Amino acid sequence: MVNENAVELRNVEMHFNMSKEKLESLKEYFLKLVKRQLYFEDFVAVDNVSFDIKKGDVFGIVGLNGCGKSTTLKIISGILEPTKGTVKTYGTIAPLIELGAGFDMDLTARENIYLNGSVLGYSKKFMDEKFDEIVEFSEMREFLDVPMKNYSSGMVARIGFAIATVTTPDILIVDEILAVGDFLFQQKCEERINAMINDDTTVIIVSHSIEQIERLCKHCVWLEKGKIKMIGDAKEVCDAYKNSQR
Amino acid sequence: MAKDTLNKANFFSDMKKFMPLLKNLVSKDFKIKYRRSVLGVAWSVLNPLFTMLVITTVFGKLLKIEVENFATYYIVGFAIWNFFSEATSNSLGSILSAAPLIKKVYIPKYIFPIEKCLFSLVNFFFTLIAVVIVMLFQGVVPSVTAILFPIPVIYCFIFVCGVSLFLSAATVYFRDIQHLYGVLLTMLMYLTPIIYPLELLNDHSFVLRIVKINPITHYVEYFRNLVMYNTIPSLEENLICIGMSLLALLVGGFVFKKAEGKFILHI
Repeated sequence: MVNENAVELRNVEMHFNMSKEKLESLKEYFLKLVKRQLYFEDFVAVDNVSFDIKKGDVFGIVGLNGCGKSTTLKIISGILEPTKGTVKTYGTIAPLIELGAGFDMDLTARENIYLNGSVLGYSKKFMDEKFDEIVEFSEMREFLDVPMKNYSSGMVARIGFAIATVTTPDILIVDEILAVGDFLFQQKCEERINAMINDDTTVIIVSHSIEQIERLCKHCVWLEKGKIKMIGDAKEVCDAYKNSQR
Repeated sequence: MAKDTLNKANFFSDMKKFMPLLKNLVSKDFKIKYRRSVLGVAWSVLNPLFTMLVITTVFGKLLKIEVENFATYYIVGFAIWNFFSEATSNSLGSILSAAPLIKKVYIPKYIFPIEKCLFSLVNFFFTLIAVVIVMLFQGVVPSVTAILFPIPVIYCFIFVCGVSLFLSAATVYFRDIQHLYGVLLTMLMYLTPIIYPLELLNDHSFVLRIVKINPITHYVEYFRNLVMYNTIPSLEENLICIGMSLLALLVGGFVFKKAEGKFILHI
């Protein structure tokens, strides 16, 4: 069976309970329960969204802050379970959502590389093989045995990006990360992503930089208040999005 | 190879994939615990020794609790107790402190409490060194049955995992547990025959009954019987221990499984 799609979203909805005050103690909980004050305000972050992403596609998601971009990414990568609807993904996913999420700042870079690799599910042997490549790419060799709390945020991001992209995953999820690092490193990152695109990896990009989306993506979806406003060719969607902002 | 996100946990393939993570997290905890301390790992042996000194002075010398080889009696029980209390109180907040990770990457969440249990298991083996030192010092010859000591440790480990899964999940919803649990642990400690012999309670049948219901009492007594008294616990006792361990694991696992889907909305 040949399946053309890498990601399939069907009528996905994500609701959040927006409780005005967060109940975090037993006493409060029971008091409110007895008083029947356990109301939650339902907040729909993603509302009935369905789309397919083809294999090998470079797919952008644009929209204003709070329109559900990151929530959609989290649903695709399996971090959030949608309240309604189904998500199917085919192949391995490497999420780049916020680089260096798994770093422990008390450990050195060397230790963190192994730790983070195992967070992404890579084996020790695999990390041994790729260790030099990661260090080479991040250009951080001389700081390898320094605890990461002494790193600058750009340096942390370099290591994070190098680890996350060390394999060629089937699906790569990129969330605003190209904004960190100096321009040389940004170029380097973009080159690597381009190499992956040529390698038949499906890439999903969220960015506020419309130019970046236009430059990299083939298809694009524009979300507004959790709903799909427009979907289709990246150029057309981006033009419409830009025009709406004026 | 379809991965349905709604039904995402293919338990065994996940477990295999994330074994290295489990190992790395344990070694991370270990490194961080001793980094920058002069004596380093030696503290894992010294700490139980110092605690033993305090307890034997207070309870053995001042309050005159009469047990043969009190220091050994105490530290053997303490080893099991400490394993339980350290593992459960560490895993209590394990999901909460893993929040940055859980929010960003898909990881099976049971990794975090189980990791804390494994870490405490490693610590337990260091405590065993302290146990051996005390035995040598007091001239207590370990029984032949002592070689069977992994059995109660395995029982206890399964029990601890169950309790930890339950606690870590419950704490996500009710943070009060973090504060309550310390008191609960103190209570439970006095309901376990660590610093006193069971016979001391012969006149208090009600308390004795509670102490005998306490699962940790069984693991402590089992361990002590093997190490100090050259006794292999009866089949019945074994079944009780296995039963309690499996029950804890089933309940803990079930509650955790039910709760884990919604963790991310609460951390």
